[in-house]
Amino acid sequence: MTRRTLRATLAALKYLSLTVAAVAMMLPIALIVIGAFKGKREFLKSGPFDLPENWLDFSNFVTAFTRGGMLQAFANTSIILVISVTGTVLIGAFAAYAIDRFEFRGRAVVLGLFLLATLVPAVTTQVATFQIVNSLGIFNTRWAAILLFMGTDIVSIYIFLQFIRNIPRELDEAAALEGAGHFRIFFQIILPMLKPAIATVVIIKGIGIYNEFYTPFLYMPSRDLGVISTSLFRFMGPYGAQWEVICAGILIVLIPTLLAFLFLQRYIYSGFAAGATK
Amino acid sequence: MSTLTQAPSKASTAAGEGLTEEPTPARRPHRTIRSKATPWLFLLLPLTLLGLLTYLPVANMFWYSLTDWDGLDPVKNFVGLKNYVNAFTQPANLRVFYVSLFYFVGAFAQMGLALYFATLLSFSTVFRNMWKGLLFFPYLINGVAIGLIFNNFLRPDGGLDSLLISMGLDDLILQWTGNPAVVNYTLASVSVWRYMGLNFVLFLGAIQSIGAEQYEAAALDGANRWQQFRHLILPSIRPIVGLSAILAVSGALSVFEIPFIMTGGANGSETFVIRTVHTAFQLNHVGLASAMAVVLLLIVLVITWVQRTLLPDDPDAKAARRAARRKTKEAGA
Repeated sequence: MTRRTLRATLAALKYLSLTVAAVAMMLPIALIVIGAFKGKREFLKSGPFDLPENWLDFSNFVTAFTRGGMLQAFANTSIILVISVTGTVLIGAFAAYAIDRFEFRGRAVVLGLFLLATLVPAVTTQVATFQIVNSLGIFNTRWAAILLFMGTDIVSIYIFLQFIRNIPRELDEAAALEGAGHFRIFFQIILPMLKPAIATVVIIKGIGIYNEFYTPFLYMPSRDLGVISTSLFRFMGPYGAQWEVICAGILIVLIPTLLAFLFLQRYIYSGFAAGATK
Repeated sequence: MSTLTQAPSKASTAAGEGLTEEPTPARRPHRTIRSKATPWLFLLLPLTLLGLLTYLPVANMFWYSLTDWDGLDPVKNFVGLKNYVNAFTQPANLRVFYVSLFYFVGAFAQMGLALYFATLLSFSTVFRNMWKGLLFFPYLINGVAIGLIFNNFLRPDGGLDSLLISMGLDDLILQWTGNPAVVNYTLASVSVWRYMGLNFVLFLGAIQSIGAEQYEAAALDGANRWQQFRHLILPSIRPIVGLSAILAVSGALSVFEIPFIMTGGANGSETFVIRTVHTAFQLNHVGLASAMAVVLLLIVLVITWVQRTLLPDDPDAKAARRAARRKTKEAGA
C-alpha cells in the first residue's frame, strides 16, 4: 500500500514538473498571441493576461505586414534561403564525393583543412571577413549573405562525408563500367543516394538561415534588403511603444516555424541530433 | 557559376575516353591522369570558399591585430602587441569575461534541467510527444523574436510582474533588464529558456539508444528507477554531457543575440562579441577588435583541444556502453 502511494506521488510529481516546465516555455509566447489581437488603447489599459475583446481584429497584422515591410522580408529571406541551401547541398556533396571516392595526392591535407575549419567559430572572424566581403564589392547586397551561408558551412560537408561512406562503391563502379563519367555518376547515382543527408542539411540549414540575425544585420544594412530577423529587429524603433504591432510581427515570424515543426518534427529532431554531434 | 556548367562535359568526355580503352593495358596511366584532375574539379568551389571565408580571414585577423588599422585607411601601421595589452588592460574589455560567467553558470543549469526532463520522458509517459515538442520548440524560434517576446514578458507591468502580483509576491518585482545588478541573471535565464530544448533532445536521444532488453534485464533483476538511472542511463549519456559541458565555455564567450536584441549591451550586459563588433564597426578600431577576436579564437581552440584529449568521442562512448552491458549481464547472472 505505501509502495503504491509512493508510486502515485512520484507520478504526480512527474506530471506536475512537466506541466510547470511546459507553462514556463509557452507562457511568454501565449502573451504575444493575446497582445497581437488587442487595439492600441486596449493594450495599454488591460493587463497582459486579459484576453482581447475581439479575436478577429487583424489590423495589427495588416500594419506589421504593410508598414513593417514583412512582405519584402519574406521575399528576401526566401531568395537567400533557396540559393544558399541549394549551394550548400551542392558544395557539401561535391567535397564529400571528391574526398571519399578518389585517391589523390593532397587528399589528407584537404580533409584536414575542412576538419580544422570546424574549430574556427565564424563569430570570431567577422572583423576580417567583413573586409573580404567589402573588397569583393558585394557588401549590402543579397550575395553577401548567400556567399557567407554557402561558404562557411563545414558541418554540412561533415554530414555528407559521413553519409557517403555508407553508399556502396559497387554502385559507382557498375555505372563507370557502363560508361558513365564522374559527373554523371555524381548527379545520377551519388546525389539521389544522398537524399536523407540532403534532407537533414536542408532542414537544419533552412531553419538556421530563417533565424539568422548576425550576418544580415552586419552585411545588409539597407532597408530594402531586410530579412525576417532584421525587419523584425527594426520594429523596435518606430513601434517602440506599440507592443500590439510588435506582437503581431512576432507571430508572423513564428507561424512558419510552427508549421515547419509540426510537419517535419521527426526529421527536425534527428537532424539536429546529427548536426550537433557531428 | 560558369565553371560549374562547363566542368561536367570536360570530365565526362575524359572518363568516356578512358573507358573505351578498358581492356587494353594502356588504361592504367589514363586512369591516373583522370583521377588526378577530377577530384580537384569537384573541390574547386568548396576549397575556394573555404580559403576565402575561413582561412584568409583568420590570417588577416592575426595581421590586423598587430596594426593600428581603422578599417578604411590604406596604411596599416605595425604596432606590435599594443592591441593585446589594451585588450587585457582596459576595464571595459575585461568586464565581458565577467559577464560570460553568468551564461556559463546558466549553461550548467540548462544541462541539469535537460537531463532531468530527458530522464523523466525516457520512462513511459502520457502525451510524451507533446511534452517533448513543448520543451523543444523554443529552440527553433527566431532569436530576434525571442528577444522581443521576453522584452514584452519582462517589461514593467508585463507578464512576469502581473504573475508575481497575482501570487502576492509584489516584493520580488525588479527592473529585470534595467537594473545592472539583475540584468545578466535575466539574460542568462532567457538563454537557458532558448537552448534547454536542444540539450534535452540530445540527451533523450542518447538515453533512447539504450536497448529495451537492457531495461528489461535491469527490471528483472529488481533494479529500481534510481539504479537504472545510475547504472544504465548515466553511462550512456556521459559523452554527450561531456561534449555539452565543454561547448558551454565557448558558448558563454560567443553570446551575442539575446543581450544585443534585448538591451543592446546596456546596463552592464555587454558581452565579448557585442564589444568586438562595437569596437570594430562603431569605433573603427579594427586592430584592437582583431586582437580581441584572436584572443576569443585562441580560447575556443584551447577548449576544443582539451575536449578532444579528455573526451575522445567514439571509443569512450563504446566503452561506456560495454561497461553498462557487462553490468546488466552480471546483474542477470
